[in-house]
Amino acid sequence: MTSASDEPPVIQLSAVGYTYSGPPPVQALKPTDLVIRHGEHVAIMGPSGSGKSTLLNLLGLLDRPTEGKLEIDGIDLGRASERDRAAVRARHIGFVFQSFHLLPHRSAVENVMLAQVYADTPRRQRYAAAMSALGGVGLTKRAHALPTELSGGERQRVAIARALVNRPSLLLCDEPTGNLDTAATSELTDLLGALHGQGTTLLVITHNPVVAARAQRQIRIRDGMLSEQGPALPEHPELPEDPWAQEDPWVQEDPGANHGERNGGSHALPGG
Amino acid sequence: MRSQAGSRRRTAGRTRTVQTPSRFRLADLASEAIAGLLQRPGRSALTVLGTIAGIGGFVAIVALSQTAAGQIGKDFNVQDATQVTVNDTGARGGSANPTMDFPMNADALADRIHGVLAAGVWWQVNFQPTVSALPPSANGTKVGLPVTAASPGALVASGAQLAAGVLFNQFHEASAQDVAVLGKTAAAQLGISSLVNEPAIFIGGQPFTVVGILADDPRLPQLNLGVTVPESAALHLWGRPPSYSAAQMLIHTKLGAAQVVAEQAAVALRPDNPKLLTATAPTNQAQLKKSVTTSLNAVFVALAGVALIIGAVGIANTTLVAVLERAGEIGLRRALGARPRHIAIQFLAESTALGLFGGLVGACLGVLVAIAVTISEHWTALLDARIVFAAPAAGAAIGLLAGLYPALRASTIEPADALRR
Repeated sequence: MTSASDEPPVIQLSAVGYTYSGPPPVQALKPTDLVIRHGEHVAIMGPSGSGKSTLLNLLGLLDRPTEGKLEIDGIDLGRASERDRAAVRARHIGFVFQSFHLLPHRSAVENVMLAQVYADTPRRQRYAAAMSALGGVGLTKRAHALPTELSGGERQRVAIARALVNRPSLLLCDEPTGNLDTAATSELTDLLGALHGQGTTLLVITHNPVVAARAQRQIRIRDGMLSEQGPALPEHPELPEDPWAQEDPWVQEDPGANHGERNGGSHALPGG
Repeated sequence: MRSQAGSRRRTAGRTRTVQTPSRFRLADLASEAIAGLLQRPGRSALTVLGTIAGIGGFVAIVALSQTAAGQIGKDFNVQDATQVTVNDTGARGGSANPTMDFPMNADALADRIHGVLAAGVWWQVNFQPTVSALPPSANGTKVGLPVTAASPGALVASGAQLAAGVLFNQFHEASAQDVAVLGKTAAAQLGISSLVNEPAIFIGGQPFTVVGILADDPRLPQLNLGVTVPESAALHLWGRPPSYSAAQMLIHTKLGAAQVVAEQAAVALRPDNPKLLTATAPTNQAQLKKSVTTSLNAVFVALAGVALIIGAVGIANTTLVAVLERAGEIGLRRALGARPRHIAIQFLAESTALGLFGGLVGACLGVLVAIAVTISEHWTALLDARIVFAAPAAGAAIGLLAGLYPALRASTIEPADALRR
């Protein structure tokens, strides 16, 4: 990887904190500084209740920090109007959720095109752009399938196509493999890696050490405090040192499987 | 916000303000609303039933009452409703013994009845004399024209309108003047178009001065065709009317007074022997029919109103349920850049589309019901076209109102919460 420190920041947090008003007030995120630069692949890991979701909601402009300053692409958005924040969500941020959030009555390509509505893409260009985004995640042939006809991995790839169709500066992934089996997880991790290779800025919140291991930077969060874990981990993350590993259902289910599955696991997609 | 202004300026050259805001175009709004409704077609159809019933009921009721009013109008108009006719029963007379049971001051007696605007006696003279514009000695054109004897009040009560001159009056009547008023057609036949030279006509050789030419006479249209002379002059020259062409009185009453006037007329004119005369008032059946229709209408309008309220509540309820069910979708849309107003407007559009659909179907059904009833009753269907176009708009308005609260709820859902569901 090229040194990311030369790149302009996509996200810049300066003493950003978040306190739920309560009662009693709960400081879900302690004042935090964080810079994520263009082209970076960052994983944020932490146990439930650690403040991951709060951080994601702040970074995705779905919630407002109660203190500090939050900039995306150089625009101060922590206290900006909802109009400005919605505009940034529409054009600068792509979301990928654990539960996919595909509209069940619309085909894959229609789901992708939904993102173009609010970004105000001219109607004539939408279909071609959506098909191109689906092609980018390898789903051209499944473009007219309903979500119920797609496997979990395919659904998540549709969601990624939807997140990327407006060419955002930042792809925010919230537990993207949380509902996927090991094979689909592996495929999706490869896809995220490929997207990063193409220059997409990725921020992945995950429980899954395998997913986290692919990131350049790994940030741990606990009790609302961030701690950077240095450069990217090698292929085999040292699970026993992970104090939250035992809380991860994925690990409990099949401890150690994360090594083998990545290279040799079955690629059959459930229901696909 | 203000404290951040400086740092914004410091980063000048990169980005200042957010570019174009996120949008929700009308075409997108329409297609999203329709897609939202078609997601659950069965539920949408059931929801809209109340609106269909309400709007359909309104349209059918309006159509039927307009149609019924049209039928009433065929038999019922103001002219007929304000007219009373008093006839000589002929109890004393016969063709051999002509009688005249109206007193000479009948006009004045009838005028005393409350509600009478004008009244007068008239009859058709019992022969059709030749009428000429030249003396009998001259060889002018002679035409056979009907001659009517009338009291001055009869011409007023009949609503005679003049083209020229005047109507004969109480003076002509009292002094049995030989004057005449020509009907429009008679004047043309006799070649009289102007009264400047005080033209005379000869009825059976008897000279009469023409004082007026009628333009029209709505209640006694036969006067347009002939010659009208004062009652007193006719009695003097040609005698009493025969029983086959008996005298009758025409009374013009105030609106609504006709029934009462008819009850009092005989006694007022002949207190000594009221049985000689009989008065006829316009039929009141039409009014009865109308009042029945009106009270039935009120019941049906109330029912349709209840159906509409139920329809509105149904739309509100369904939309609210949809908002709660689709919280995840709302969160997703917000994440994709929708503003709260975009969310609100989408649900408003869905409820409005439901109402519009209900209004359209309801209007069609209402018109069909009205046509079916009209055909079975052999009526002529009547319906103000504006009602047909207003009905879907009313349905849409109901949907819009019903969607206000759910839309407000939808717009205030926090995206972060919604996405967790």
